[in-house]
Amino acid sequence: MRQMKTKALSKQTKNNLVTYGIVIAAYIAVEILMRAGMVSSLLKGLLVPLCIYVILAVSLNLTVGILGELSLGHAGFMCVGAFAGAIFSKCTMNAIPVAGLRFFLALLIGAAFAALAGILVGIPVLRLKGDYLAIVTLAFGEIIKNVINIIFLGRDSRGFHISLKDAFDLGLEPEGEVIIKGPQGITGTPNDSTFLIGILLILVTLFIVLNLIHSRTGRAIMSIRDNRIAAESVGINVTKYKLLAFTVSASLAGVAGVLYAHNLSTLAAQPKNFGYNMSIMILVFVVLGGIGNIRGSIIAAVVLTLLPEMLRSLNDYRMLIYAVVLIAVMIFSWSPKCREFRERYGLKRLLGSKKGPKEEV
Amino acid sequence: MMGFISYLVNGISLGSVYALIALGYTMVYGIAKMLNFAHGDVIMIGSYVVFSTVSTMGLPPAAGILISVAVCTVLGVVIERIAYRPLRQASKLVVLITAIGVSYFLQNVALLIYGANTKSFTSVVTIPPLSLAGGALIISGETIVTILACIVIMIVLTLFIRHSKPGRAMLAVSEDGGAAQLMGVNVDGTIALTFAIGSALAAVAGVLLCSSYPSLTPYTGAMPGIKAFVAAVFGGIGSIPGAFIGGILLGIIEILGKAYISSQLADAIVFAVLIVVLLVKPTGILGRQIQEKV
Amino acid sequence: MALLEVESLGISFGGLRAVDNFNISVEKEQLYGLIGPNGAGKTTIFNLLTGVYKPDKGTIRLDGENMVGKNTIDINKAGIARTFQNIRLFKDMSVIDNVKVGLHNHHSYSTLSAIFRFPSYYKVEKEIRERAMELLKVFGLEEECDYLASNLPYGKQRKLEIARALATGPKLLLLDEPAAGMNPNETGELMDTIRFVRDNFHMTILLIEHDMKLVSGICEGLTVLNFGQVLAEGTTGEVLNNPEVIKAYLGE
Repeated sequence: MRQMKTKALSKQTKNNLVTYGIVIAAYIAVEILMRAGMVSSLLKGLLVPLCIYVILAVSLNLTVGILGELSLGHAGFMCVGAFAGAIFSKCTMNAIPVAGLRFFLALLIGAAFAALAGILVGIPVLRLKGDYLAIVTLAFGEIIKNVINIIFLGRDSRGFHISLKDAFDLGLEPEGEVIIKGPQGITGTPNDSTFLIGILLILVTLFIVLNLIHSRTGRAIMSIRDNRIAAESVGINVTKYKLLAFTVSASLAGVAGVLYAHNLSTLAAQPKNFGYNMSIMILVFVVLGGIGNIRGSIIAAVVLTLLPEMLRSLNDYRMLIYAVVLIAVMIFSWSPKCREFRERYGLKRLLGSKKGPKEEV
Repeated sequence: MMGFISYLVNGISLGSVYALIALGYTMVYGIAKMLNFAHGDVIMIGSYVVFSTVSTMGLPPAAGILISVAVCTVLGVVIERIAYRPLRQASKLVVLITAIGVSYFLQNVALLIYGANTKSFTSVVTIPPLSLAGGALIISGETIVTILACIVIMIVLTLFIRHSKPGRAMLAVSEDGGAAQLMGVNVDGTIALTFAIGSALAAVAGVLLCSSYPSLTPYTGAMPGIKAFVAAVFGGIGSIPGAFIGGILLGIIEILGKAYISSQLADAIVFAVLIVVLLVKPTGILGRQIQEKV
Repeated sequence: MALLEVESLGISFGGLRAVDNFNISVEKEQLYGLIGPNGAGKTTIFNLLTGVYKPDKGTIRLDGENMVGKNTIDINKAGIARTFQNIRLFKDMSVIDNVKVGLHNHHSYSTLSAIFRFPSYYKVEKEIRERAMELLKVFGLEEECDYLASNLPYGKQRKLEIARALATGPKLLLLDEPAAGMNPNETGELMDTIRFVRDNFHMTILLIEHDMKLVSGICEGLTVLNFGQVLAEGTTGEVLNNPEVIKAYLGE
């Protein structure tokens, strides 16, 4: 019995270590290639975004794959985190000149505000069923984006001022500064994000998510996914655990948001970065990587972000090919006829990392 | 006062467009049990076909509309056959992602053929505007045609579903696909028919939308598609009268929101109303409560 | 005082009075059966007992404590566990994880401890695993502990569901048609298992069943339900020979 226990723990720990290992190995590989001058500037510019997408995909998989609820508003939490972190960084640029400390605090603040948003959205939303829950999360994501677009925030010696009309309405003193300029967002956020920090944040995200999944809490969450009525019948507090999973997921999206905000000089809430398009893109990563498969999310996020870039040579046709590839992969992975084909010809092993929830990660 | 009525009428008109799109969403959801995320983009394709045939090739509007409806109908059926039917046994999430892929595909096809520049759409409506209350209230021809078209289509569709054999087959499949099949209903054909009707409605919706709001890009269909999805859920997904009510209400709320509160927040207001309604009535206005048997 | 005391329980669905004036009294460590034709309302009563439905009339007392008005989660914590007519396992989780979820409320550590792996995580996880394996052994499922629950054969799935319910440490175990879909051998095995559970866990068991071999084999008392009302109750021998009961089952 003792042996079995130790073996089982090791199997799970081994699996986790492989996932961490892949991330660390990828970092080392990229660093080596960069020193050797073999990484194009295009690719260099993608390194931090890749980290952002990985964190978003892993955190969304917590909601979609582990909790089993379809969320189409993940970008909204990223938005909250991004703006919270950016406001903090801008306001404390002089007060905390040490970039590392300031960025670390910005991360905590972004995560905290995104978590708060997660709770506020989660409480009404999580009691809705399936498709209704999905559309409401999408609605919340759009609302968050739209509302941030009309906010004007300024600061002067008298403190903070908020207006929903325009910058003049803030009534700032001449030395005051406008922090959020409505639809133009925030400019001048310190550029603190680096690839190394991105990798570290991925590792932190993995640590939190993987440890959560392989614990009593994780089992409770998955039991709700698999059979809510049965979960209640064995005394699982469904509301508490749904909210917990949703909030952790939102909080990590907020962390990705802070990373995003400190990678650009201008942070504005537009449809393409914080709208449902972004939420859907992350969802595609999660589903393609395998619902519930954390390692799969990482791989899918990287591959699907790099794919359009690698197809750049095909110019105008690349997004079309991307769409075709997406449809083809979905049909070949999930249509029953194709599954039989794969099982018979052993391709299953090749596509192993993209399989569904039956794979223990 | 006249201002309010004018906004209301415009809201009903926009709502009619949403209703027509929502009908397609809700029918496909009720019968094929899937969210056809590409539906909004079929609208866009329909509009481009009319644009090509009428503005570019100079065909009469009636012909353009007919061709557009035909193209969209075929497109809808083909998409269902190639992309959705193989996945009928798969989870809803998988089909949703595939639909997203189809949506990307349609947008990029249009992008390739027509480019990203906004095309100016010539309205197909030739009826002159209606002038009421001594000129204080002017209702455009497009608005009148849109509302009338929606009403007519609603009536025809309801009659079709209740009183025709294929229509009742659709009802049967939406209740229980397995049982319907055992009763001899051609489920594949019924689902194909559903997509055909939904896509035909999308073509009409597209023409009407672009006649009232004449700018056309490959992304024109996406947001109305989302809003129509919201309308369908709002009214109770799977319910045809629900889609109608949901669409009209959504249009009214959006226009009134734009007029009286803020045009930037109009979308947010629409979504906020949806949330409030769903919190009070979690299955939508006319949605059915499906009790899970314990 | 009986462990389970139910008096005048009733509920309507729309215009239909599904359960009316239902009484039952189950003594501690008794093996009691609830039988009746299909549609009589037996599962509805289980749903009432576990808080899935709220009765519009009557009382439910477990060990003297009132259960009416409590939700399913609190009723489980108070000591009632159940299995379902259509097996409700956590199908994408492993066999042992299904049981571990049952142990959730009895072995706990904070989520913070889970994430940061404080010592309490390791200590309590070890307890959970050991206890879960003990329970699996009782049902002969320890070999399949890492299998996916949905990959188990039907009979073993039913056993797993019972194991999970037992894991919650209840005073009263409700089994809803545990022998459904089983062949005579499996049913015999199940009878032994149920008796074992009652004897070794000092468990009070109320079961719904159609399989008369099992009912007459292990039940010590029976209540017969027909059209939502009690038709007969008493010892197994009395009830099964009651002409009214026979008429209800076989018709005139």
